[in-house]
Amino acid sequence: MTMSNNLKITVSGGFNKNGEAESLSELELHPETSLAVIGPTGSGKSEFLSDIEQSASKDTPSGRTVIIDSEGVDFACEGSGVIAQLSQKMSFIMDGTVERFLNLHAESRNKGGNGLILSTLEVANTLCGEPIRLNDPLHGLSGGQSRALMIADIALISDAPVVLIDEIENAGINKLKALSVLSSSSKLVIIATHDPLLILMADRRLIMKNGGMESVAERTESEKGILEKIKEMDRYTERVREDLRFGVYPLSSAEAVL
Amino acid sequence: MKIVTVAGTPSSGKTSVIIHAMRHFIENGKSVSAVKFDALDTMDDQIIKEKLNIPTLKGISDYICPDHFYVSNLEEVFLWGENNNSDVLVIETAGLCLRCAPHITGIMAVTIVDNLSGLDAPKKMGPGIFHTDIIVITKSDLVSQAEREVFKQRIREVNPDAEIINVNGLTGKGSLLLKRFIEGSDDIESMSERELRYSMPASLCSYCTGEVRIGKKYQSGSVEKIV
Repeated sequence: MTMSNNLKITVSGGFNKNGEAESLSELELHPETSLAVIGPTGSGKSEFLSDIEQSASKDTPSGRTVIIDSEGVDFACEGSGVIAQLSQKMSFIMDGTVERFLNLHAESRNKGGNGLILSTLEVANTLCGEPIRLNDPLHGLSGGQSRALMIADIALISDAPVVLIDEIENAGINKLKALSVLSSSSKLVIIATHDPLLILMADRRLIMKNGGMESVAERTESEKGILEKIKEMDRYTERVREDLRFGVYPLSSAEAVL
Repeated sequence: MKIVTVAGTPSSGKTSVIIHAMRHFIENGKSVSAVKFDALDTMDDQIIKEKLNIPTLKGISDYICPDHFYVSNLEEVFLWGENNNSDVLVIETAGLCLRCAPHITGIMAVTIVDNLSGLDAPKKMGPGIFHTDIIVITKSDLVSQAEREVFKQRIREVNPDAEIINVNGLTGKGSLLLKRFIEGSDDIESMSERELRYSMPASLCSYCTGEVRIGKKYQSGSVEKIV
């Protein structure tokens, strides 16, 4: 979609919880990048996501201004379809099969064709352990399968160029692939998270403190090394988990090696 | 005085959405009054009063159709709002059957529908959806992005022109957009001589006047048969 190409989000700083000006006074975000929003509980992560969702204009508690525009055309509100969201507490409420669900969504976006449905399913199946089938009833999907289907659907069928994610760490999916699936579909991904892997996967991280934007940090080259190490640990955990789930006993000694 | 009429299905979060949107006005130093119409009893006026500390008024229709009762009292409600020196007057309707939309031509109309009510809800809601200015979707934090988009698209098919906003009734997220739209609406100088956007259902039969017995011989007035 063309609007995603030149889309830009500009956040102008407001105030922290003490009413002091935020240390970071301006932040610009572009598609095909990812931003991790980090900080301890109560530091203002959700507030930040909420400001973006509502296009705050000095009228939220933070006093921030958020401008979402593409070459001067303003997308004032969430209703304009710029933002897609993913959170832990979402579920499917529709009564129907996976195929019908994907078709309905594709039709509502004026997209169609069996190819799109199949490739969405294929992507979803790279994210979760047990494969999802087209004729599975939606409500029969496991938590991980549901999350995987939601992510693939946002990446491939939803037009929204901006994706806001609020903590998907415990969703039972391959989070590494999940994040790369979303960013590779030329979206801007903003994710509030405590997960070191997800934080280091992001190109930049916004550090929140006491309700204010403290600073924004670009991932360094040496941090990429740390990321690789964490990825390896993640794969290790994953391997052990899968063996345990499938009843392997005892675990082989090879598994003691990280 | 800005006036906004609010309609919507039961339990869709009308009162919660009103509270959040009005809180923004109050923070801006505006004075707000709220009227709640209902059929049998309601605590909504008390809830609004407790949370916002503003003048509220309750209208219980009892044996009369709540929407007929509502339209018969609009001038009185308007005057009550004026006497409170309100900058904003919110009129919340009962939200029972979906046959009518209690919205008024020239006055900001908000219809609230929740994302859990199924993908066919926009079509079923008829005039509530197609004769309104703003459609607020609640509870969308609980459904998938795809279902949000399909639901929104279904609303679009029924009403291509209304603003569609997602508001979280619990946290108030999204209520700012609603407040901005209400803020931009015209000041209303009078209620008399205005018109409903959609006529109310004809109802003049023996059951309207208290008949409870079943059978042809008890039926008179406008009675139509299914087969």
